[in-house]
Amino acid sequence: MSKFKKKKGGEIPAVNTAALPDIVFMLLFFFMVATVMRQNTLKIQNNLPFADQVEKLDKKDLVMYIYAGKPSANYKQYGTEAKIQLNDDFADVKDIAAFIAQERASKREELIPFLTTALKVDSDANMGLIGDIKQELRKVNALKINYTTKKGSVFGRN
Amino acid sequence: MAKRAAPEVNAGSMADIAFLLLIFFLVTTTIEVDSGINRKLPPMEESDEDVIIKQKNIFTVLLNGKDQLLVEDNIMELKDLRKAAKEFLDNGGDGTCSYCRGKKDPSSSDNPDKAIISLKNERETSYKTYIAVQNELVAAYNELRDARAQALYGQSFTEMQANYKDVNWPGNKEKLKEKIDQIKLDYPQKLSEVQ
Repeated sequence: MSKFKKKKGGEIPAVNTAALPDIVFMLLFFFMVATVMRQNTLKIQNNLPFADQVEKLDKKDLVMYIYAGKPSANYKQYGTEAKIQLNDDFADVKDIAAFIAQERASKREELIPFLTTALKVDSDANMGLIGDIKQELRKVNALKINYTTKKGSVFGRN
Repeated sequence: MAKRAAPEVNAGSMADIAFLLLIFFLVTTTIEVDSGINRKLPPMEESDEDVIIKQKNIFTVLLNGKDQLLVEDNIMELKDLRKAAKEFLDNGGDGTCSYCRGKKDPSSSDNPDKAIISLKNERETSYKTYIAVQNELVAAYNELRDARAQALYGQSFTEMQANYKDVNWPGNKEKLKEKIDQIKLDYPQKLSEVQ
């Protein structure tokens, strides 16, 4: 009666590991997609000017970003004048004080004197707006600023 | 003839390869660091007493709404600004500055400690030009400091600053800090902006 022949040998069959790379790749892609280096979504044009006497702005946790520039193509309804952007939305000059206060509140107290404000301003913006921003920063005593630029020569870029 | 099964390829090490790739990219990816020109704004409270500064110790830079440059009442191109600022700062008119290499012109600045650069811009000035001018003025200071550091310590100022920030630099940081402060004292950055 060969139909009911017992399976021969008691050895355990080797586990098929062919699917392991797929799992690893799946993990890799999941983390690639899920990791967000939180940067604000810009609603403005932000073509930074060039300078070569620059210093690095490390310690990212101690930097507050203020963006300014013309509204980008999707936000034409806000006009063509350069506007300020704080976090993810357009803001007014008078909102800066509240923004700085909020940023300061989120940091540990001993770090507050080391906070730097990075001004990421479009090269075509005019100085009037920046003067207003600076004036507002002086009012709230946020005196350390950094004009964020791209690294390169200042000449021949018109 | 009996059907012969193709031998199965061992794919067990594929995972290792994937991990290797993952780790390689993890290590080599650098997130771009922002860089820019650092400035310090003047505090809000105004001092009541007027400080009297001699006109010859002030280097006026005016930027008008059409991005034209007026330096000491003369129209100037941006490319000449760095040289003019250096000449002004390094003038050493009263002879107290032993390391100055300028012309010692009595009608220009007394010494680097007294020399002030005053930058004024209008609301219509473009940011691009403003940054370019700031950059040139900072460059003038940096070049003078570099030369001074080279003469004193045989090392450029920018190099010293980079060393000071570098955590792995083996030398004595306190001594380096002293040297840096000395250079900063020799050529203090006095750049004032008119509001």
